[in-house]
Amino acid sequence: MIDYDKILSDKCKQIKPSGIRKFFDVAATMENVISLGVGEPDFQTPWNVRKAAISTLEKGKTKYTSNSGLIELRQTISDYVKKKTGVVYDPDHEVIITVGGSEGIDVAIRTLINPGDEVLVVEPCFVCYAPLVSIMGGVPVPLVTEEKDCFKLTAETLKSKITDKTKLLILPFPNNPTGAVMEKSDLEAVAQVLRDTDIMVLTDEIYSELTYGDEPHTSIIQLEGMAERTVYVNGFSKAYSMTGWRLGYLCAPRPIMEQMLKIHQYAIMCSPTVSQYAAVEALLNCEDDIAHMVREYNTRRRWLVTELNRLGLTCFEPKGAFYVFPCIKSTGLSSEEFCERLLYEYNVAVVPGNAFGDCGEGYIRISYAYSLKHIMEAVSRIEEFINSLKK
Amino acid sequence: METIIGLLKENARMSNKDIAAAAGMTEAQVAEKIAEYEKKGIIKGYTIIDNEDMLDKNLVTAFIEVKVTPKADFGFDELARTIMMFDEVDTVTLMSGSFDLAVTLSGTNYKEIALFVAQRLSTIEGVLSTSTHFVLKRYKEKGFFIDNDTVDDRGLISP
Repeated sequence: MIDYDKILSDKCKQIKPSGIRKFFDVAATMENVISLGVGEPDFQTPWNVRKAAISTLEKGKTKYTSNSGLIELRQTISDYVKKKTGVVYDPDHEVIITVGGSEGIDVAIRTLINPGDEVLVVEPCFVCYAPLVSIMGGVPVPLVTEEKDCFKLTAETLKSKITDKTKLLILPFPNNPTGAVMEKSDLEAVAQVLRDTDIMVLTDEIYSELTYGDEPHTSIIQLEGMAERTVYVNGFSKAYSMTGWRLGYLCAPRPIMEQMLKIHQYAIMCSPTVSQYAAVEALLNCEDDIAHMVREYNTRRRWLVTELNRLGLTCFEPKGAFYVFPCIKSTGLSSEEFCERLLYEYNVAVVPGNAFGDCGEGYIRISYAYSLKHIMEAVSRIEEFINSLKK
Repeated sequence: METIIGLLKENARMSNKDIAAAAGMTEAQVAEKIAEYEKKGIIKGYTIIDNEDMLDKNLVTAFIEVKVTPKADFGFDELARTIMMFDEVDTVTLMSGSFDLAVTLSGTNYKEIALFVAQRLSTIEGVLSTSTHFVLKRYKEKGFFIDNDTVDDRGLISP
């Protein structure tokens, strides 16, 4: 009998399973659950994109592409990033197509991190960064963002955690789960701290198309001297409602990209070919679809923020992604207690804030990637729950 | 599309309070705007999207292509206005293409509709011909699925 515990990698065993997973397993066994718990859009992938994929299949274009991805797509991405940020990435040497933004994050971390390197991780954040750093032997160092700062990363917090071992800053804005965005002046303050150092930045901008403030989304690569020290991750899942297509991309200076490409090619070979052809269509011809989705999200966002504040679940106004992150401390419950009771007693699924880092305790993540009708029903159940707590 | 109209088209029973929250306006502004739309006739009325089959009314609905000779000075308008005055008629639309007016109407049985077409519609001066199509099943109306609801196949929770 094999003692599996002995054969498994120590680093892997030490990784905690995602807090969300446990919750998901419970919710999946229940009936009549109304969910505000997902991290993916409710819209269909735009029809022209699906059509492009069908046409690719009809023509039998189903072989491997080059490791980096279709040159046609890399060129289109290069043009898109230039249009949005002004930064030019060479499609031949500075862009690769990844399996979702997730693979891009993994590859970037594996390329940059030596054992003992400290990696500054803005928290609360998406669940993958710290485990991927740990498995490389790196040390994740949380940079706690707070509601009083609208969950933005401040220069003070950043400075306070930099040591001579700091290798990388992971900057995930617009943010999942808080919905926070970093405006140009916020990013400039961060950039000022970094310019005198050798610290690299991994900017995860998967929600860049989904912002609702007056200022358009700004990327840190737009700021002077920052593109050369930044690995830029983006993808198609959120903006184009293409989660299941598994397609993202990395842009980075050539010396970094040459190393990242090795990992990508040995791990993945190349990203799904059909998805790559569809993605060209998405980038070229979906501006109206994105505008429509953003308008819809914005309507739901405004309603949800107003209602949650009315219920006493105070939340700052999130200006990006499709999440609100209300504070539930007034209920006297912990995040997990709140979510478990809401699920068991009122059949509504939301995600406890501490699934996104310890500092998320006292908060919950509510997704508005649902129709307003659906959101209203869920919120009326949340209201019943809150009222029951007051009795 | 204008936000208030968009929200009301999805749910005409949405309260002014909820519309205000969703549109980023005050309740008073919403009330004022809706009153303005009603007064100007931009909002013509409020109705429901019902599933007639489940109401068991056994209504028969027909779609009728009507070809007409437009009248001098009045064009198609006068004929369309004559047809729309029948209570049985639900919609009258001027069309491009191989016929002129699309008329939909409902009755309690096929015979009733057939008689309406034969005795009242065809006999109107200027109506050249009609072609009646009976509705067998409705799948979608005004953006709502009549036949079934869509299923959300996403998981309940994902990061």
